[in-house]
Amino acid sequence: MSAGLTVRPAGRHALLVELPDAQRTGAFHAELLRRRAAGTLPPVAEIVPGARTVLLDGVPDPAALARRLADLDVPTAPPADGAVVEIPVVYDGPDLAGVAELWGVAEDEVAARHAAYTYRVAFCGFAPGFGYLTGLPEELHVPRHATPRTRVPAGAVALAGPYSAVYPRATPGGWQIIGTMPDPTPLWDPSRERAALLSPGTQVRFRPTEADGR
Amino acid sequence: MTAKLTVTRPGALTTVQDAGRAGHAHLGVPRSGALDAPSMRLANRLLGNPADAAVLETTLTGCALRPDRPVTVLVGGAPCPVTVGGRPAAWGSPVHVPAGATLDAGPATSGVRSYVAVAGGLAVDPVLDSRSADLLSGLGPAPLAAGTVLPVGRAHPLPALPVAAPWPAPPAELVLPVLLGPRADWFTPAAVRTFLTATFTVSAHSNRIGLRTEGPSLERESAGELPSEGMVLGAVQVPPDGRPVVFLHDHPTTGGYPVIAVVPESALAAAAQAVPGTPVRFTVG
Repeated sequence: MSAGLTVRPAGRHALLVELPDAQRTGAFHAELLRRRAAGTLPPVAEIVPGARTVLLDGVPDPAALARRLADLDVPTAPPADGAVVEIPVVYDGPDLAGVAELWGVAEDEVAARHAAYTYRVAFCGFAPGFGYLTGLPEELHVPRHATPRTRVPAGAVALAGPYSAVYPRATPGGWQIIGTMPDPTPLWDPSRERAALLSPGTQVRFRPTEADGR
Repeated sequence: MTAKLTVTRPGALTTVQDAGRAGHAHLGVPRSGALDAPSMRLANRLLGNPADAAVLETTLTGCALRPDRPVTVLVGGAPCPVTVGGRPAAWGSPVHVPAGATLDAGPATSGVRSYVAVAGGLAVDPVLDSRSADLLSGLGPAPLAAGTVLPVGRAHPLPALPVAAPWPAPPAELVLPVLLGPRADWFTPAAVRTFLTATFTVSAHSNRIGLRTEGPSLERESAGELPSEGMVLGAVQVPPDGRPVVFLHDHPTTGGYPVIAVVPESALAAAAQAVPGTPVRFTVG
């Protein structure tokens, strides 16, 4: 048994696979997608990653799949190849000053710090196309607001705990808003073949830009 | 030319539903779809529609519609009085509605959700291959309002009718089989025992996202926070107040409260028809 995975029951047709950390969760998820694409994974209707888990739902025979998973050789880190989605950001959010203070940097340095890393969509949830992006080092993690805002605009680029995110649409939200994606419409478009720009496993870079889009 | 239906009385909450949009949970898209799927399928079959053609799902108070051309409809699911042009008509079998006459599916006499199917199916625009209204994330058509116009697809010939269609009665008591896990170990042994032996009741705060319960509070073994993880249909999630919530079709795809057990999909139709106050028990099986 590799990667220290724990298989938990989740009803008659699903398994919840738990992993020791986010890195291995990403690696395990990538390996499942690779095997599904190669046709070597038994039938699974939905592969839904979480922070430390991957849910396998719509599984005709969970016990048989659990036995197969126990023998799976999983690398410790997700593959770093593949396409990188670039998100332009105007760093003008209402929490920019607060985040700068938490990070111990000047306000105008937040953009460079935040944009210095390559992120990865760990999982989606909360709203269609809302990706939880990991990649921010631990010393830059910030708490969410104790009282959520009643409305966070579409395109808001925000931080909470280990995650960065871009709001695909206006919703209530408790994350710290540091910037804005000028045109958020590509984030979620169900008429497109790939409805979500940020699907699990996608790599993301943020590119600081000016308000007029330059 | 195909017919259009104009909504004259939307009722408390009436939505377009079909089999839903499974397969997109990893993008944060709920499954959605008819909560009492067997009733939707039976209504469609009796009209000669594909089993998962789009229908209307009402909530307690029914709805009323006026077609601009003659249509054949069927009201099933939760039993209710049906009228066409003010005259009593059949529940649970096909009914002819002339152009301009009003079909009224009245308040449910038992159960919660009636299904109004029309020969040809509702032909609203699909989103991610489904016409279902998803009330958690707002995908699909908005809930009906007075004046909403619903296009109807092309009807197939009516099939030969069975003598009696097997509409199940809404439950007087809801007994939900469960398999424990994935997070039963987050609860004290006493709480797991309580979960499997106590009688809860259906809360009036139940909706398409979840069947909420009232009753004893289930105590956790430890207070910690569960990192967000994928949630299946039928998951029994226990929020901090300790009252189990059975996830129905518009449930969030990921969540941070522990799931003590999972109810199989085949038992959820009865859950969708349990009126507030109905006793609920969970049994291993």
